[in-house]
Amino acid sequence: MRREEAISNKMDWVTVLIYMVMVLLGWFNIFAAVYDETANQSIFDLSLNSGRQLMFIAASAIIIVAILIVDMRFYEAAAFLIYGIVVFLLVLVPLIGKEVGGNKAWLGIGSFGVQPSEFAKFATALVVAKIIGTVGFRMDRLRNQVILFGIILVPIALTLLQKDFGTALVFTAFLLVFFREGMSPFLLIIGMAMAVIAILTLIVDNQWYLHGGIVVLALVIVFFGKRTVKRILTIGVGAIIIIGTIESFDYVINNVLPVRHKKRLEALVNPDFDPMGINWNVTQSKIAIGSGGFSGKGFLKGTQTKFDFVPEQSTDFIFCTIGEEHGWLGSLVVVGLFITLLLRIVFLAERQKNRFARVYGYSVASIFFFHFAVNIGMTVGLFPVIGIPLPFFSYGGSALWSFTILLFILLKLDAHRSQMLGRL
Amino acid sequence: MNEGRKEIFQVVFVLTGIVFLVKLFFIQLLDDRYVQLADSNSIMKEIEYPSRGLIFDRNSKLLVYNSPEYDLHIVTKEVVNFDSARFCEVFDITQQELKQRFVELKKLKEYSPYRPTVFIKQLSNYDFAKIQERLDEFTGFYIQPRTTRAYTTDALANVLGYVSEISKNQLDRDSLKLYRQGDYIGQSGIEARYEAVLRGQRGVRYKLRNVKGIEKGSFKDGDYDTLSVPGKNLMTTIDLDLQQYGEYLMAGKVGSVVALEPATGEILSIVSGPSYDPSMLTGRKFSSNFMLISSDTTKPLFTRPLMAMYPPGSIFKIVQSLIGLEEGVLSYDTRFPCDRSLVNCHGHPNPTNLHGAIQYSCNPYFHQAFRRIINQSKSPNTFTDSRIGLDNWREYVKRFGLGAPLGVDLPSEKGGQMPTSNLYNRIYGEGRWKYSTIYSLSIGQGEMLVTPLQMANMAAIMANKGYYYTPHLVKVIEGSDIDSRYRTRNETGIDSAYFSFVQDAMSDAIYGTAQRAIIPGIELCGKTGTAQNPHGHDHSVFMAFAPKDNPKIAIAVYVENAGWGGRSAASIASLMIERYLNGEIKRKHLEAYVLKGDFLDPVVRATPTPTVQQIVPVDME
Repeated sequence: MRREEAISNKMDWVTVLIYMVMVLLGWFNIFAAVYDETANQSIFDLSLNSGRQLMFIAASAIIIVAILIVDMRFYEAAAFLIYGIVVFLLVLVPLIGKEVGGNKAWLGIGSFGVQPSEFAKFATALVVAKIIGTVGFRMDRLRNQVILFGIILVPIALTLLQKDFGTALVFTAFLLVFFREGMSPFLLIIGMAMAVIAILTLIVDNQWYLHGGIVVLALVIVFFGKRTVKRILTIGVGAIIIIGTIESFDYVINNVLPVRHKKRLEALVNPDFDPMGINWNVTQSKIAIGSGGFSGKGFLKGTQTKFDFVPEQSTDFIFCTIGEEHGWLGSLVVVGLFITLLLRIVFLAERQKNRFARVYGYSVASIFFFHFAVNIGMTVGLFPVIGIPLPFFSYGGSALWSFTILLFILLKLDAHRSQMLGRL
Repeated sequence: MNEGRKEIFQVVFVLTGIVFLVKLFFIQLLDDRYVQLADSNSIMKEIEYPSRGLIFDRNSKLLVYNSPEYDLHIVTKEVVNFDSARFCEVFDITQQELKQRFVELKKLKEYSPYRPTVFIKQLSNYDFAKIQERLDEFTGFYIQPRTTRAYTTDALANVLGYVSEISKNQLDRDSLKLYRQGDYIGQSGIEARYEAVLRGQRGVRYKLRNVKGIEKGSFKDGDYDTLSVPGKNLMTTIDLDLQQYGEYLMAGKVGSVVALEPATGEILSIVSGPSYDPSMLTGRKFSSNFMLISSDTTKPLFTRPLMAMYPPGSIFKIVQSLIGLEEGVLSYDTRFPCDRSLVNCHGHPNPTNLHGAIQYSCNPYFHQAFRRIINQSKSPNTFTDSRIGLDNWREYVKRFGLGAPLGVDLPSEKGGQMPTSNLYNRIYGEGRWKYSTIYSLSIGQGEMLVTPLQMANMAAIMANKGYYYTPHLVKVIEGSDIDSRYRTRNETGIDSAYFSFVQDAMSDAIYGTAQRAIIPGIELCGKTGTAQNPHGHDHSVFMAFAPKDNPKIAIAVYVENAGWGGRSAASIASLMIERYLNGEIKRKHLEAYVLKGDFLDPVVRATPTPTVQQIVPVDME
């Protein structure tokens, strides 16, 4: 009994409040997305997404209680066990899973289905935190980096097997965590450079122009600097590596990537590309959001979102409903809530006394950030269309539970941070 | 260590939020485009189906056109007060079927209660007229017009081919994404071969609709709309009158008739018997009729002129003569005794020269003549010498368009078979076969197969004295040229003087073996043949061209199980020529004889002999 009292006193109620507001707003918007004024529907109707979402929310409450009751040492101790179970489930999915919306990502028991890939997020976060939190762990050791990359590559590979490109990408958010814990920014910079090269490869049709440009650039650098053998060699090798990268991107884009992803990439760098075909979703999404104006059309008054014009209206494109019905002000509130939550999580992570909890906190922040940035980026046309949900807003049980678990394990650890003092 | 990295996180988070809000500010407040678009509310995409190209005959008579059919679409959300009993009555379906329709509808991948989805497919013009005025009783149901193929004639089914909904397989292979589920695509014949020309281009129109689904004009003044481009029309080389007459004559018979214009290689008529009525494979009855036709044991879908392969029989003696003359191993005066110990023959003057040998179709003569072609003592080893001879002979044969598909503009043409030395090496082993192994080839038997189309082409070569244009079916494609290969002359490389000699012999042969073929007032050159059939009665074969001086038509006729060529095949060919050149038939008795279709001798008919008579030829001419 003593611990329960302690929990309610030590809980970070700011975060809990933000969480509750978000889940509630999400539920209203899911109702708005499917609302049909002629049908006299109720938000509690279980045949509607909103009714089912309410059940998912209720289940989340049970999950939260369970998380808070379990001993806080369990999460660190059982990290590998949880990770192992999730990986096992991920392996099962392609074998016995069922297909929903083109992705085979579901494990079903009767009519009830879950997406193991969603739960892989917190499992991976626990393992990453546990490894980095080990006494004497040093991020600058190559061996440690290899292990960490291996840990995130397993779920990436397995979700790619399910053709769930979006969820696989989410795991790259851990790079941010590694960076926070001491990985050289060099890797992130290389990643950025790769992205720039990739975009150039997409924009420039004939990669020989790119190759030519790089050779000219390399010659110019050689010419205007000290012409030592070592420097020329370094620049030469660098130029060859970049050219090789361009070629391999070109190969991946044309031969490996599914056509729909390739088109989405092309659509992103070229907004005029096929506005009625591959950019259809984004065109419709922007019309919906754009028509919201400053203060929106009002709750349930949206007109764009009623006719199924934006596919995935209540899941991946839920932000359209917010933009249309609540305008720029509503968007400001939602974006503001997310930024507040993210900053609060960073604050919580930083005040942890032990490394495991801190790394875990940053993992939660990074994953939430990735979802937030990619999802809203895609609905407003700043990112390619990659189907990942907006935390707490998008319809779906697995996603809601996954984000709830992520957040409340952190809150549990945070509540007991003083008890961990001795274990620094 | 890692100082300042916390701040980097915070800065990145806040910056991302600001970027989003700025972007949102632009699209929500500064850009009024979206508000306007949303005022007219929503963009609907409307597909405009192009009309498929029409097909004409060589005299601009219409063969294939498009007739409207109607799909009934449903928007489930708009259906109110649905009276299912009334619906069943109007649309002539049972309650059970209606229920089934609804179940299937909900299972469709693209199903949405807000968008029109196909409910009943392919209502005919007649059905449509019936339901049109009652349609407004059923809210939420709409008619979407489409077109289906329709035919002015019941002839030509195999050549025209048919059109049907694209299959799952074809969709998967369509890497350019030209088709969608439910689209029509040419499945055989001209419809398949000229699919790219006939199909045209789909158009798309983007329309704005308000909340109530009422149209509010086009999106961005139609900037993104594309007009549908109708398919191109084709003029075929077919003479519809001759074609219909050919099918009339072939009624109830199994076989082929191919008639060409020798000067151009244009196919005037191409009959495959038995056939079917092309309009059976259109509209709602497609599936049931297709089952019926494809399970028919007489194989109406099998295009015999291109796909059936027979031994050429005696007709091939002409080719042997020409090769012998060109090689210099035969001359007009070469005489061989009619030695029946080699192969069987029939009564005629003996010994005979080359002219006589063609005229009387003397088997022993060509047995000996072919030996001269094959064994020219190029090598002291008789096995090697035979191989050299056969390879040389094969080169000639190839130039007659034999042994490989001619390249007609229809799918699935067969090439027949002309043996190579490799074939015999495989059968008997290298250096283990010689002339006595392969002598059956001399009279067009043995390991030798040709299609009726190749035989007709052979007649055209005879008519042209040594060259041919690849046979083809399409004369004009609206707005573009036909493939250059149909305008290129193919030479046999054999002196045209030898062809003149052979023509004379073919002219006389009519009086010897095919007197039924004689047409008063037209000088006809022809050659009969009998294709051996190990499974039953022999096939009747005849090839001919006319008039001799200025050939207008070259023809080959195959009638299966109809005995020797002088009767049925020669009669049909002769009637076809008369019809084409004179425009009418004076020899009504011959027409009646052909239509009666009773060609076999009473004795032969009494004893159907499915004996396997390989190699040993018993040519009856």
